[in-house]
Amino acid sequence: MTFIKPKFRHPLLPKNKIGYYKADYEGAISTLCAGCGHDSISGAIVQACFELSIEPHKIAKVSGIGCSSKTPTYFLGKSHGFNSVHGRMPSITTGANMANRDLIYLGVSGDGDTASIGMGQFVHVIRRNLNMVYIVMNNGCYGLTKGQDSATADFGSISKAGSINPFEAIDLVGLSLELGATFVARSFSGDKTQLVPLIKAAISHPGFAFLDVLSPCVTFNNNKGSTKSYDFVRDHMEATATIDLVPEEEEITVAYPEGSTTSVSLHDGSTIQLQKLAPDWNPTDRRSAFNNLQSAKAKGEILTGLLYINPESQDMHELVETVPSPLNSLQEKDLCPGPEALDKINDSFR
Amino acid sequence: MHQVSIVNDMVIRFANVNGTGSASANNMFSKAIFRMGIPVSPKNIFPSNIQGLPTWYEVRINENGYLGRRDGIDLLVGVNAQTQARDIQDVKPGGYFVYDSTKKLHQEYIRDDIHYLGIPMMELSMQHFDHPRQQQLFKNVIYVGALAALINIDLEVLKQIIREQFGKKEKLIPPNFKSLELGYQYVLDHYEYPLNIHLERRDKIGDKIMIEGNMATGLGAIYAGATVAAWYPITPSTSVVKGFETYAKKLRIDPETGKKKYAILQAEDELAAIGMVIGATWNGARSFTATSGPGVSLMSEFIGLAYFAEIPVVLVNVQRGGPSTGMPTRTQQPDILSSAYASHGDTKHILLFPSTPAECFEMTADAFDLADRLQTPIIVMSDLDLGMNSHLSPPLVWDEKRTYDRGKVLNADDLDQIEKYGRYLDVDDDGICYRTIPGTHPTKGSFFTRGTSRDEYAKYTEDGAVYVRIVDRILKKWETAKKYVPTPEMYQEQNSSTDGILFFGTTTYAALEAMDLLKQQGINLDAIRIKALPFNQHVVDFVKAHKRVFVIEQNRDGQFRSLLVNELEIPPAQLVPVLNYDGMPITADAIMQKILSNLPEPANHKSKVL
Ligand SMILES: Cc1ncc(C[n+]2csc(CCOP(=O)(O)OP(=O)(O)O)c2C)c(N)n1
Ligand code: SF4
Ligand SMILES: [Mg+2]
Repeated sequence: MTFIKPKFRHPLLPKNKIGYYKADYEGAISTLCAGCGHDSISGAIVQACFELSIEPHKIAKVSGIGCSSKTPTYFLGKSHGFNSVHGRMPSITTGANMANRDLIYLGVSGDGDTASIGMGQFVHVIRRNLNMVYIVMNNGCYGLTKGQDSATADFGSISKAGSINPFEAIDLVGLSLELGATFVARSFSGDKTQLVPLIKAAISHPGFAFLDVLSPCVTFNNNKGSTKSYDFVRDHMEATATIDLVPEEEEITVAYPEGSTTSVSLHDGSTIQLQKLAPDWNPTDRRSAFNNLQSAKAKGEILTGLLYINPESQDMHELVETVPSPLNSLQEKDLCPGPEALDKINDSFR
Repeated sequence: MHQVSIVNDMVIRFANVNGTGSASANNMFSKAIFRMGIPVSPKNIFPSNIQGLPTWYEVRINENGYLGRRDGIDLLVGVNAQTQARDIQDVKPGGYFVYDSTKKLHQEYIRDDIHYLGIPMMELSMQHFDHPRQQQLFKNVIYVGALAALINIDLEVLKQIIREQFGKKEKLIPPNFKSLELGYQYVLDHYEYPLNIHLERRDKIGDKIMIEGNMATGLGAIYAGATVAAWYPITPSTSVVKGFETYAKKLRIDPETGKKKYAILQAEDELAAIGMVIGATWNGARSFTATSGPGVSLMSEFIGLAYFAEIPVVLVNVQRGGPSTGMPTRTQQPDILSSAYASHGDTKHILLFPSTPAECFEMTADAFDLADRLQTPIIVMSDLDLGMNSHLSPPLVWDEKRTYDRGKVLNADDLDQIEKYGRYLDVDDDGICYRTIPGTHPTKGSFFTRGTSRDEYAKYTEDGAVYVRIVDRILKKWETAKKYVPTPEMYQEQNSSTDGILFFGTTTYAALEAMDLLKQQGINLDAIRIKALPFNQHVVDFVKAHKRVFVIEQNRDGQFRSLLVNELEIPPAQLVPVLNYDGMPITADAIMQKILSNLPEPANHKSKVL
């Protein structure tokens, strides 16, 4: 629970390039449990959008159902939002994006919303490489329905009620890599320094950008024995690299030591800078991502960071070859062939 | 056997095997009759299968324009050995069985009350064509040629159709002509022709066209400006999106770049299909989906969201035989209730009931205006018979002056004029509020769309009083809708009978014929054809004006009757169900019989005939 913030803005508060305060990216007061990981992710989203100087109304927030899916109320209050039905956020976003390719689509989901009821739509939105950011606030349980195990709960993890999960977990990161996602990342709600640049990079990526964010549920799944608890994640996180997104206009000033950095250029001209921790790390090589993911898993570590990016990504509009202007901007004169054309059509049926 | 000659009034059935190329020959046959100026209506009776199972093509020819299905087959072309025994039984006494005499008929199949006309179709084909595939294909054209001689089809008309059909593949024209002539000549050499049932040129088509309902529906979506079509394949709706695509490719490509002014999304299932539609219309595009009963079941949760969050949706339901997978390739009107009240909670939806392809076109286009105007799902209730069969139809019309009604949408200027925007504020007192499209204004007009209860400003609330205010206001839209939906068609200037009949959709063909059959017996019935739910005052008045109303429909449970009872609080006894649900389109005869059996005192009705 956050306290009510005064509307007054101090004149010395920083504005971003387009003249907005950070508060302009905030939303309503959160009603989630105090300490819920999801709130930290909301904060990171606000920070990322502020830093990228996006006009808030150029973003559409879309979610499913769950505590996680409620969060779009708590960030970007000046953006349109759509809290849809359980597990179906991808289809709403697909339709919305097809109607207007010029907005930024920020999809928020939970591990139940994505890995169970919404698995079908998740898999297919990856396949279509829809230009969107897809964030799973992953707490290994169903928060909103009071803590049942989700499909991402680790094998052998112990729920608050004390039962041991007898089933293998679905790893959404491994799955999306396997399915050919063009941007795959994992982070932790408590690690803003990693999360904010990842969200920024995901927004800049032209195509499907998947972010699996471990986000402990303080009420139902933050107990000893849960692999999605704050303590467990903090102790077992292994980052691939520190990352920074450099937007197009900005000069690259951050100095990285030679030999340990990689930079990836994105279509919009911005650059992702990675400071590698692992020497054999190559974020544009899907196989390298797989290998690192597997070896981390074998060691009981949770690999975080930008695991894979395809700089050649072509989004769905390019794949289905729609016109460059948004379909929702086409007018009657562009769309209706008129009575004369219909006469000809009638004739063809005589 | 003395035989009176019957001109331009017959039912001809073709018994074929699925996947043998008979469809194009059969279509050619119907088109030729159409072009001879004689009303004709073909129906495909096909299995849920791609190759090898029996399929029938039944053609009713009637110069008076009665084109509903009629029982009793006058001539049957039986080229499927598998079904021969049954096909022979189906010919009415005095009728004709035309068969491939390359193989001898089974002796036990012989009936002495019908005529047998053997044409060695396969033999002729094998004599003239080398390739087995060709032999198979041209065998079909050979029987069309034989029929031309038998019932008097103009050969030149057939040839012109072939020319048009193979315009780009000219090589195929001579063998088709040859096949026609083979069949034709065989009849001239071996039989007396024409038969007593035959055709004579007429001029009874006028400006009508022959088109499948689904094609017209797809065109309606093109004309209405739909840009996002999302769907999942299911018979009998698949050809709706196919129709949309066919014309989008011709009419919606940017000439300079070759890019598309539309997106067709084959979704992973019907849940996703309607989700995409909702996302697209929420974002300001016109969008639709087409499906059948099983798809509507899957879409139900989302339909409720669109209803409650007040998002325009156009959904075409091409109904087929249910429940479950039911009779997927047979026709019914079995989704009336499940569509009217689709989804959980208090929901009800606007339904449109086209009965001709021209209405499929018009009502689909109307559906987009209605959806935008009323901000709710609109369901176009077609069926397999209407959607997948060619029908003689008035031409498709697009009024030059027609413009899209995009309903109440605020642009940036509008928003600048408004002090405080409330998405669910009923400013005009008609139940319809103003929407905004994402991205419209930098600081104003954004809101959170949700399926949870919310107040007039789209803010989440669990306050019961607010909830009641909102759902009652949504119900007010239902009243407003009555002003916008198409009004029913009346078939008399004034009601003059004690009893009436009520019908909708494809039942119309047989119902109108049944009315005329009854009239010939001195029984006059007033009639109404319903085109939409919600029912307006005309429907109420019609029902009130009659002691009894026969409700004709094609399902087991009299669903439309239930809907009338429920929506208008009519005493159920006043509504007499007339039902057909065997998967075949209802016939005039069945309607007449049922009505007659319910009229103990026909004199009552006669007395009213002036
Ligand atoms: C069709 C349907 N089934 C079930 C539910 C009940 N439900 C609401 S949220 C939820 C699980 C949410 O879990 P998750 O997506 O992980 O979100 P979290 O609350 O953990 O953030 C369920 C099962 C529903 N809303 N709709
Ligand atoms: S129940 Fe868990 S997931 Fe939901 S708000 Fe509380 S802490 Fe967060
Ligand atoms: Mg969860």
